[in-house]
Amino acid sequence: MKSTGMTSMERVFTALSHKEPDRVPMFLLLTMHGAKELGLTIKEYFSKAEYVVEGQLRLRRKYNNDCLNPFFYAALETEAFGGEVIFREDGPPNSGLPCIADIEMIRYLDPPTVKESKMLHRVLKAIELLKEKSRDTVPIIGVVMSPFSLPVMQLGFDKYIEVMHFHPDLFNKLMQVNKTFCIEWANAQIKAGATAICYFDPVSSTTIIPPEWYHKTGYEIARQTLASIKGPTATHFASGFCLPIIDYVAKTGTAAIGISSMEDLSQLKHACKNRLTLLGNLNGIEMRRWSKDQAREKVISVIQAAAAGGGFILSDNHGEIPWQVSDETLHIISDTVMNHGVYPLKQS
Amino acid sequence: MINLIPKNKNAVGMADLEVFRSDLERALISLDRDMAQQIINKAASTGSPVEIAGELISRSLKSIGDKWEKGTLSLSQVYISGLICEQIIDTILPPSSPVRKNQPKMAIAVFEDYHLLGKRIIYSVLRASGFELIDLGGGQDVTSLCEIIEKKKIKILLLSVLMLPSALRIKKLKEKLAGSGIKIIVGGAPFRFDEELWKEVGADAYGKDSSEAIDLVTKLMAETL
Ligand code: B12
Repeated sequence: MKSTGMTSMERVFTALSHKEPDRVPMFLLLTMHGAKELGLTIKEYFSKAEYVVEGQLRLRRKYNNDCLNPFFYAALETEAFGGEVIFREDGPPNSGLPCIADIEMIRYLDPPTVKESKMLHRVLKAIELLKEKSRDTVPIIGVVMSPFSLPVMQLGFDKYIEVMHFHPDLFNKLMQVNKTFCIEWANAQIKAGATAICYFDPVSSTTIIPPEWYHKTGYEIARQTLASIKGPTATHFASGFCLPIIDYVAKTGTAAIGISSMEDLSQLKHACKNRLTLLGNLNGIEMRRWSKDQAREKVISVIQAAAAGGGFILSDNHGEIPWQVSDETLHIISDTVMNHGVYPLKQS
Repeated sequence: MINLIPKNKNAVGMADLEVFRSDLERALISLDRDMAQQIINKAASTGSPVEIAGELISRSLKSIGDKWEKGTLSLSQVYISGLICEQIIDTILPPSSPVRKNQPKMAIAVFEDYHLLGKRIIYSVLRASGFELIDLGGGQDVTSLCEIIEKKKIKILLLSVLMLPSALRIKKLKEKLAGSGIKIIVGGAPFRFDEELWKEVGADAYGKDSSEAIDLVTKLMAETL
């Protein structure tokens, strides 16, 4: 490793303040790979905070990762609302049938409290333990689903789009409930020791809704929610597009954005200069079959397009690297960042 | 899109069609169900239902699908416009129509996961374009699909997936169905992010979006009939 002196925490915060640290910070957002390290099934692995803690610490050592990622899976939040989680052996768990079967039930919906939602306590415990072990040398990234994106799992995507368009009263009620939950959940993670919160909001992306709707809905909801979260936030579009709404996103109060491999990185860098840090944008799905050379080339080209001047953290484009991506590829990504991501960057 | 346009004297003139098409597209993009219904009713009084489905509705939906692909329209607009057209088409071209029946048996399913929106969009857009297809729902696996395909004598199977492991498992399904002659068209987010993936899993075709779904099905129908 050629980089010097800085801790991951210093490196990441320097990049976030749009300056160049010692080298490009790297967030390998691995969730399930910890199970491989520990020889457990994905379901077993997520059943105990201690497993996730051990998995995250091992992965950080193995790949020189600049963050700890105590994210379990998105469906955990719908579980708090009474939904079920479906596990599989070779991928992330998913939410089962929508927990709100009839949209009229929204009228009577109350937000679950963090205290009463036992499944969330595992995450809080993992964050506490990671905080204890890492002693502020590396950022711990908490995760919440945005109040605006969670309903896809609560209602099913089709019903949610219909509620959004044709039932404004139900939509507003649901947003109130989800905002209350999201803020409490984010702040509980910060209290447990999370350095920052990643706010997953792909429904706001222009892949899913038009920019005009974002201005009226996702934007306002993000602005209000992020203002009540007592720590720095990043917004992730989970590989959905965001360039057309970037000025609004910058006004939500978020510090960084997770971006798609399919959007032009140089253009994004230009649009975000000195106001939003970019997090991305390696294509996690394609990564599964990258050769060594391809992996190296992809990392170098991303660094060249977006790393100059800071304001950039190298990561995948979704916020979770698929289970099928090999350790070998991850090593190459990491080695390439260590070798080609040293500031000042060499010209190609 | 059904290309059996009868050249009768009542057929909608090309110029009229263009006007109807751009009006319909505008109504659909702004999610104006009533306006869309009015335009289709007006067009229906001048042309055959098949022509309305293929030349007017399907083309409008195709254009909307293309605009999503180019990033100028969003998925919610693609979904709701398909939904609106699907409801309207049933009033002018009912499911029992002989034209719809004259097709190789086609079905659509969500394979191994439960994310239904992609399938819902493709189903609506194809039905609104005049095709009939069986909706096999979500959570289908290799065993259940093989049984249904055999029982219902399906010739064209459309599969939608959202999760990468589900996409990868299509390979197993294809192996099980080897020699059956069935054609499998796949789509969904993982295929969009890795454009080699459909070949790797052994699919016969891959559609990026709802517009390509219409083209692929039209082509396969012609080959399979
Ligand atoms: C919005 C979103 C979310 C939302 C809602 C997700 C949902 N639907 O339940 C939230 C924040 C909740 C979320 C969570 C998760 N997500 Co998510 N999410 C997305 C995003 C941005 C859009 C997904 C979506 O629903 N699109 C709407 C559908 C309709 O679009 P589509 O499938 O592309 O369909 C279009 C075309 O592909 C085509 N098509 C579709 N089917 C077919 C079929 C045929 C035959 C044809 C021809 C065409 C066709 O037509 C459609 C449009 O016209 C995608 C990334 C992206 N840019 O697409 C990731 C994505 C789907 N998510 C992903 C993952 C992994 C997850 C999680 C498992 C993460 C986790 N560990 O918890 C959870 C699972 C949630 C759950 N349901 O349990 C991955 C899945 C792939 C993978 N890596 O395995 C994706 C692809 C991101 C990525 N780049 O890796 N997510």
